[in-house]
Amino acid sequence: MGILVDNDTRVICQGLTGATATRLSERAIAYGTKMVGGVVPGKGGQSHLYLPVFNTVAEAVKATKPNASAIFVPPPSAAKAIIESIEAEVSIVVCVTERVPVLDMIRVKSALEGSKTRLIGPNSQGIITPGMCKIGVMPERPHMPGRIGIISRSATLNYEAVDQTTSLHLGQSTSIGIGGDPVYGMDFIDCLKLFFADNATDGIILIGEIGGTAEEEAAEYLKSEKTEKPVVAYVAGINAPTDRRMGHAGTVDVFGGGAITKIRALESAGAIIAPSAAKMGTTMRKALGGR
Amino acid sequence: MNLHEFQAKELLKNYGIPVLPGIVVSTAEDAANAVASLSGPSWVVKAQVHAGGRGRAGGVKLVHSSFDASKAAKTLLGSWLITAQTGAKGKKVKHVYIEEACNISREIYLAIMIDRSKGRIAFLASREGGENIEELAIANPGNITKLVIDPKIGLIDEDVFSLITYLGLSETQKEIAQSTIEALYKAFIESDASLIEINPLGLTDEDKLFALDVKMTIDDNAVYRHPNFEKLWDEAEVSADEIEARLHELNYVQMEGNIGVMVSGAGLALGVLDLLNEFGGEAADFMDVRPVATREQIAAGIKMLLADSKVKSLLVVAMGGGVLRCDTIAEGIALACKEMPKHVPLIIRFAGTAKELGELALSNQGIGVDFADDLEDAAHKAIAAIKK
Repeated sequence: MGILVDNDTRVICQGLTGATATRLSERAIAYGTKMVGGVVPGKGGQSHLYLPVFNTVAEAVKATKPNASAIFVPPPSAAKAIIESIEAEVSIVVCVTERVPVLDMIRVKSALEGSKTRLIGPNSQGIITPGMCKIGVMPERPHMPGRIGIISRSATLNYEAVDQTTSLHLGQSTSIGIGGDPVYGMDFIDCLKLFFADNATDGIILIGEIGGTAEEEAAEYLKSEKTEKPVVAYVAGINAPTDRRMGHAGTVDVFGGGAITKIRALESAGAIIAPSAAKMGTTMRKALGGR
Repeated sequence: MNLHEFQAKELLKNYGIPVLPGIVVSTAEDAANAVASLSGPSWVVKAQVHAGGRGRAGGVKLVHSSFDASKAAKTLLGSWLITAQTGAKGKKVKHVYIEEACNISREIYLAIMIDRSKGRIAFLASREGGENIEELAIANPGNITKLVIDPKIGLIDEDVFSLITYLGLSETQKEIAQSTIEALYKAFIESDASLIEINPLGLTDEDKLFALDVKMTIDDNAVYRHPNFEKLWDEAEVSADEIEARLHELNYVQMEGNIGVMVSGAGLALGVLDLLNEFGGEAADFMDVRPVATREQIAAGIKMLLADSKVKSLLVVAMGGGVLRCDTIAEGIALACKEMPKHVPLIIRFAGTAKELGELALSNQGIGVDFADDLEDAAHKAIAAIKK
C-alpha cells in the first residue's frame, strides 16, 4: 500500500487559489488525488477548481475531514500555515515552500512535538504513492506503482531514482522528499521506520547529500535495526565546491557533514552504497537478488 | 549573509555585549588617524574578510604606534588573505579594523547557532578558546559543552548558570558573562542569525571580559525582515558572476575544470559533479537552476557559462519537474546560443516533464546538440567532447 498517503487520503490545499497551487492541484486531481478543499484567508465561501474554499484550516477540517494538507504559500506565511494545520490536527502536512526562515521552522518544530501531525518539508517536492495519491510538485510520468520506497533530501535526485527504478520495472511503493532545509519535519529515520513496516516495500533507496548529520543519524538507526529489506544509499557531494566556512562552530559541534563521512557511516551500518547517481536503480536491483 | 567583524561588533555592542573600542578604515592614513583617536598604548590591526583563521594567516597585527598601524594597514589593504577557510585564491582585504589592545589572561569560546539535528537553538562553549579551537575540540571533545534551548521555554536562568559554571569564572566575570549570554540570545533571535561565534571571549586581569573576535551569519531567508541589514551586505565578498547569477535565480559557484555544467536542482548538480569526476572530467562550475526559473533566466545562465574562457564543453542536465519543464530550459538554451558567438560542444540530458518537447524545440531551432540517454552517457559525452 505504500506509506502515509494512499487512495483514502483526503487532501486540502493551503494557498489553493495561487497560480502554482492551482496548476499543481489540477494535476494532482487528474492523477487521482482526492482533493477535498482549499484554505485561503479572506476567500472563504468561494469555490476554486470546483473545490470549496475556507478561511481557516479549522473550518476546512470541520467541513471536509481531510487527512492531509498541501501548503503552497509564500515563505513569510509558511510557518503560520503549518502551525494552523498542526493545531487543527491534520495528520500529514506537506510544505513545498522554499526559503522559509530557519527561526520560523524552530517554532514549527516545537509545535510538532507531541502533536498528531507529521510534517514533510519545507522545501520538499512532496510525497507520492504512485497510482494512488500525489501531494507536491513532482512530475507524475516517471512514477510506477511498485516495490521500492524512496527517501531523499534533493528533489531532482529523487526523480532520478524514480526514473531508474521505473526503467527496471521495480516501481515505487512511496517516494518522499524530506526537504533540503536545515530544520525540517520527518527525517530519514521516521521514513525508514514506516517503510520497514510496510508490506508493499521490498527495498529502500535513501538519498543524502553534504551538510548536517541526518545521514549519520540514519546510519546509527540502521545499525540497531534488524531488517531483511535492503537499504541502498547514495550521498551526493564528494566533489562539491569547497564550502566557504565562517567560524568554527560547524566543525566544533559535529565531526561530519562531508560526503565521505556519511558514506562510510551508512556503509558500516549495513547500507549498500550506490557508486553514483546513475546507479541507484541497478544497485537496488542487484541487492534484491532473486526477490 | 555573513557580517564582517566590525559590523557584528557594532551590532552586539548595541545589545550590551562588551567589545573594545575600534574604528574601521580603508586607507593607511585613516589607520594612523584611528590610532590617534583611540586609547593606547597598543592596538590591533585586523583584516576584515569573511573567513576564520585570519590570525594564523597574518591578517591580524599588533602595533604600538600610529606609524606602525599605518604600515600594517598598508600591507594588509589590497592584499589577498589566504586562510584555512578562504580556499586557495584567498579574499581581498578592503577594510581593516583598528582596535584597542588589552591584556588577556584567558580566552574562552562562546557561540550560539542552529542545532540542525535537534531543530533548536544551541549554545556551544569551551573553557579554552582561540584559533586552535578545532584542534582542541578534536583532541578533547569533553572540553566543549553544548546547551540546547527549548523554544517553548526560551533561555532560562538555570541554563545560563550552567554555562557560566562550566566556564569557571570569577564572581565579577560571572555577572558580565550572564548578561553577555542573555544579550547574545536576544541578538541572535532579533537578527534572525544562524551563527554568532565569539572566539575568543577574552578575560582580563582586571576581571573584565571582551568579545575579541566575532563571526556572525544572518539567515538569508530572513533578511527580508531586516531592511536595515541591506547596507551590511558586502558585494566584494562574492564574485561578480555569482551576484549576477543570483539575480537570475541561479546558484553559481566557479570551479577549476573545463566542463560548463548547468543542472536543475542542487542535489542532482552535486551528483553530476561526482559523475564527471569519476570518469576523469572536471567541472568548470556548479550551477543549479531553481524550479521557478524562466527561460530568460536560463538563457542568462548559459551565456555566463559560454562567456567563461575555461569552458570547453557544456553539459546541461535537467529533470523536468512539476514546476520547471524541459521545454522551458530548451527555450532558454536556444535564446542564449543565438545571442552568443562562441560555441562549444553542447551535451544535453533531458528527462521528466516535457522531455520530448524540449528536445524538439532545440532541433527545430537548428541548435547543434548531442542528446544523451542517461546521466552516465551525458558525463562521458561531455568529457569526450573536450578531447575531440
